[in-house]
Amino acid sequence: MTLPEDRWERAAQAASLVAVDPALIGGAVVKAGPGPVRDAWCERVRSLIREGTPVRRMPIHVTEDRLLGGLDLVATLRSGKAVLQRGVLAEADGGVVFVAMAERLAASNAAHLCAVLDRHEVLLERDGLGRRTPSRFGVVALDEGIDDQRVPHALHDRLALIVDLEGIAAGPWIREAPETDPEERAWLDEARALLPEVEVPEPVVQALCSAADTLGVPSLRAPLLAMQVARVAAALQGRTVAEAEDASVAAAFVLGPRATRAPAPPETEPEEPEAPEDPPPPEPPRNEDEPPPEDAEQSPPPDPEVLEDVVLAAAQSAMPEGLLLGLQVQRQARSAAGAQGTAGALQKSNQRGRPVGVRPGNPRQDGRLNVVETLRSAAPWQRLRADAEAEKGGQLPADGSGDRDRVRVRPEDFRITKTQRRTETLTIFAVDASGSAAAYRLAEAKGAVEQVLADCYVRRDNVALIAFRRDRADLILPPTKSLVRAKRSLVRLPGGGATPLAAGLDAARALADDARRRGQSPVVVVMTDGKANVARDGSRGGSKPQEDALAAARALREDGVASLFVDTAVRPRPEAKSLAEAMAAQYVALPYVRNQGIASYLSAAAE
Amino acid sequence: MRAVFPFSAIVGQDEMKLAIRIAAVDASVGGVLVFGDRGTGKSTTVRALAALLPPMEEVSGCPYRCDPHKDRSQCVASCPIIESQGKREGHQTAVPVVDLPLGATEDRVVGALDLERALSQGERAFEPGLLARAHRGFLYIDEVNLLEDHLVDLLLDVAASGENVVEREGISIRHPAKFVLIGSGNPEEGELRPQLLDRFGLSVDVRTPTELATRVEVIKRRDRFERDPDGFVDDWRAEDAALREQIQTAKGRLSQIQIPDSFLERASTLCMALGTDGLRGELTVIRAARALAALEGDGEVGDTHLKQVAAPALRHRLRRNPLDESDSTTRVERAVAEVLGS
Repeated sequence: MTLPEDRWERAAQAASLVAVDPALIGGAVVKAGPGPVRDAWCERVRSLIREGTPVRRMPIHVTEDRLLGGLDLVATLRSGKAVLQRGVLAEADGGVVFVAMAERLAASNAAHLCAVLDRHEVLLERDGLGRRTPSRFGVVALDEGIDDQRVPHALHDRLALIVDLEGIAAGPWIREAPETDPEERAWLDEARALLPEVEVPEPVVQALCSAADTLGVPSLRAPLLAMQVARVAAALQGRTVAEAEDASVAAAFVLGPRATRAPAPPETEPEEPEAPEDPPPPEPPRNEDEPPPEDAEQSPPPDPEVLEDVVLAAAQSAMPEGLLLGLQVQRQARSAAGAQGTAGALQKSNQRGRPVGVRPGNPRQDGRLNVVETLRSAAPWQRLRADAEAEKGGQLPADGSGDRDRVRVRPEDFRITKTQRRTETLTIFAVDASGSAAAYRLAEAKGAVEQVLADCYVRRDNVALIAFRRDRADLILPPTKSLVRAKRSLVRLPGGGATPLAAGLDAARALADDARRRGQSPVVVVMTDGKANVARDGSRGGSKPQEDALAAARALREDGVASLFVDTAVRPRPEAKSLAEAMAAQYVALPYVRNQGIASYLSAAAE
Repeated sequence: MRAVFPFSAIVGQDEMKLAIRIAAVDASVGGVLVFGDRGTGKSTTVRALAALLPPMEEVSGCPYRCDPHKDRSQCVASCPIIESQGKREGHQTAVPVVDLPLGATEDRVVGALDLERALSQGERAFEPGLLARAHRGFLYIDEVNLLEDHLVDLLLDVAASGENVVEREGISIRHPAKFVLIGSGNPEEGELRPQLLDRFGLSVDVRTPTELATRVEVIKRRDRFERDPDGFVDDWRAEDAALREQIQTAKGRLSQIQIPDSFLERASTLCMALGTDGLRGELTVIRAARALAALEGDGEVGDTHLKQVAAPALRHRLRRNPLDESDSTTRVERAVAEVLGS
C-alpha cells in the first residue's frame, strides 16, 4: 500500500491541477467523507484558484430559482422594473462550485450544472425573464457515496479528475491552509499565463485515446479532458509542449479511475495494480526554479509506442482497487458499461421520478396551495391590476389608499406544491443463484424481471436484482427504470455454489431501506427454494444458516417491507413456507407464477 | 455571440447528421430524437444545425414570425402590425433554432404578460414565449427525458395542433406555433414516455465511435475549436456553406421527386412486417425517403433511400417485446432485408 504522505501528495497535485483553470478541465469528483482531509483538500483548491474568483457551495437541496436565478421580487417591486437575481450558477463565473453530497444530487440539478459546463453560459427562462448569462466554472463534486451510490453519470462524465481521499489519515503531511504560501500561488499564476501556449502533440493525444480504449473507457469526454489535464500539467512544469510525464499525470487522474476493464495480460501484471513505483510523478518541489521552456522543446519527441506504454502504466496505477479482482470473479455478471469501482459507470440515478415542484394549478384539484409562491407570482402585477380596477370601477376611497393596498390575487397566480401523485415502486428481486438448478432459476428470474420491467415501463417503476450464491449477495442490477441497462445487465448471470440465504435477504433489506429514504416504496421478491447452507458469518453446516435466514426474514417483516416469496423448489419444503411466514410474505410456488404471470402477484403484494 | 462548432466538422455519426439534414429539408417529417451514449456530440450536432438552414423571410417587427407571403387573414388578432394597420414588409432572417432549457417555467414557454411593461408602464401586453420564437423553425430540448411532465404534455399538445393557445393573466391569445421538435438525451438516465417517443418522426441511436483514429480526430478537432473558435469556424465555413446549398436545393426539388407505387407498397409491407401502429410510420418512411432523394439529387425514391431511412423512421415505433433480445435496429434491418429480398 502507498503511504498516506504519498497519497496526500497526489491528491494535493490534483487540487493544483483543478485550481489552474477549473473550467478547462471541468473539475473533479472527490471521493471522501467529511473530515479534516477533505476540508484541507477543498481549502487548498480555494486558496490556489485565481485571486478574486468566486467559490460557491451548492447544497443538494438547492431550489431551481436559487440555482438558475430568477426575479428579485423585493428589488423589482422597489424599482418598478424587472430585476434579475443571479443564481449560484451565474455567480460562480470564473471560479469553482462545490457540490456536497453529490451522490444524492437530483438528475435535474446535475443537468443544470452540465448545461453550463458545456455551453459556458446560463440559459434562463423563468419568472417572466429570459436571460443568457456567460458563466465558466469548474465543479468539485464531493462524493460521500457508499456502495453503489454515485455522482450522476452526466456530471461525472464532465469532470476530469477523479480523486480518492478515502483512507488517507489526517497527519502532519497535510499542510496548513496554503494561503500563507505566496510562492505556490505565484507558481500557479505562471502556469496560468503559460497555459494558452501549451501544445499537446499528436502522439500524446493518440496515447491518451488508446489508453482510454484499452481500459474500456467509452466516453469520448475522458480522453478529451485527459488532454486538457496534460496541458495543465505541462504548464505547471513550465513547459510549452506536453510530454509523456504530463500525459501520465492525466492518465492517472482521468483514465485510470474510469477503467472498466483490465488491459490484456502481456502488458501488465494484474495481481499488482498498485505497483510500489507509482509512475505519476509527485508534485515538484515548490522552490524549484522554473525550468526555461526552451529546455522542454529541446527534449526529443517521445516514441509513440513507448509513450503509450508509459501512459497506460500510469493509468493502471490509479485503477480502482479491486477492479481486477472483481473482474476476474464476476466478469460475466457485469456489462462493460457497468463495472464496479470509482469508475462510476455503475452509478445509480438519483432521479426520484420526474422533477416535481411548485407550479401553477388549481389548489382545489391538484394539491397544496403554496402561499409564498402564490404571492410572489401575484406581486409584479399589483400596479397593473390596481390600475385596471380603478379604471373599471372608479370606486376607490377618497384618500386613494385603502383599496389600493389590498393585494390582488387572481386564480392564475395560484401556485401549488405538487405532491407526487403516486410514489414510485422499486421492485427488488433477490434471486437464489446457487446450486445445480441455478441456470434454470436464473432464466426464470430473468424472464420475470423483464416482464415486470416491460410492465413498469409505462408506469416508470424501478427494478433491481440481487443474486446470492457462494458466500455473498451481489447487486447485479442496481435500481433502474431503464430497459437498456436492465437488459444489458441481465444478459449473463453467474450461477452455482452454496446458498447464503441470510446474506441475500439482508442485501434486499438494505436496498429496500435505501429506497424508502428516497421516497420510493420497495417490494421485495425472493426467489429461492428456502434451503440455506451458508450463515451470515460465512460458516457452513449445522442449523446456523437456516436460523440466520429466519432472522433476516423477520427483520424484513419488522421493517414492514412488502414481499413476495416465490418457491423455486421442484417439491416445496416446509423451510420455504416458514421463511415466507417469518417475513410475512405472500407465498407462491414457481409453477403458479409461470401460469399467472408474476406481475399480478406483485401488485397484490404491494398492497 | 459565441462561436458554434460547425456541423461539417463533426466526425462520423452519419445517421444523426442524415436525420437532421432530412428534418431541415422537410419539416413535415416530424422531428428528430437523438438518444445515446454520453459524449457523442448530440447537442453539438443539433446546435450546429442553425448554420445549415437557408434564411427565411418574415414580416419585419412581427412577434410571431409571420411569412409575408401568407395573407393577413391568418395573422394573430392582437399582433401590433395588424393593430397599427402597418405594412407587412418582409426581410430575410435566420431560421430559429430555439433552446428549451431545463428548468424553464411554463410562462416562458407559452408566453405571458410582458412583465417589464406591466411593471414600468402598467400596461397589459402579451410577451410571446419560446413556442412563438420557434415558429417556422426548430425547438431543441436537451435531456428531453428529464423534462417536467406538465411541460411535456404542453409541448405535445402544441406540436400536434401547430397552434399555441394562451389563457392567462386576463389575456386570451392564439398564435401559430409550427416547429420541428428535436430532443436529445441519454437512455440510461430514464426512458422517454412512449407518448412522446411516438411524436418524433425520426429517432437516432448514437454510439461512441470505437475506432482509434476516429476518436483521436474527434478530440483534436474539439480541442482546436476550444482554443480558437473563430479560426476553426472559418476553416469549415466553405463546407458548411456547401451543405446549406445542398439543403436549399433539396427543399426546392422536394415537390418534384417521384414516388413510384412500388415504393409505397414496399413501405407498407415493411411497416406491416414490423407491426408498427398506425400510419405515422409509413408516412415518415415515405417523407424521409423523399427528402433523402432530394438531398442526393435523385429524381425518384428507391430502395437505397428506403434502406437508409427505415431504421431512423421506424425503430422507436416497434412494440416493446421484452423477451426479444435483439435491439430494435436489428429488427428493422432484418425486416428491410426481407422486404427488399423478396
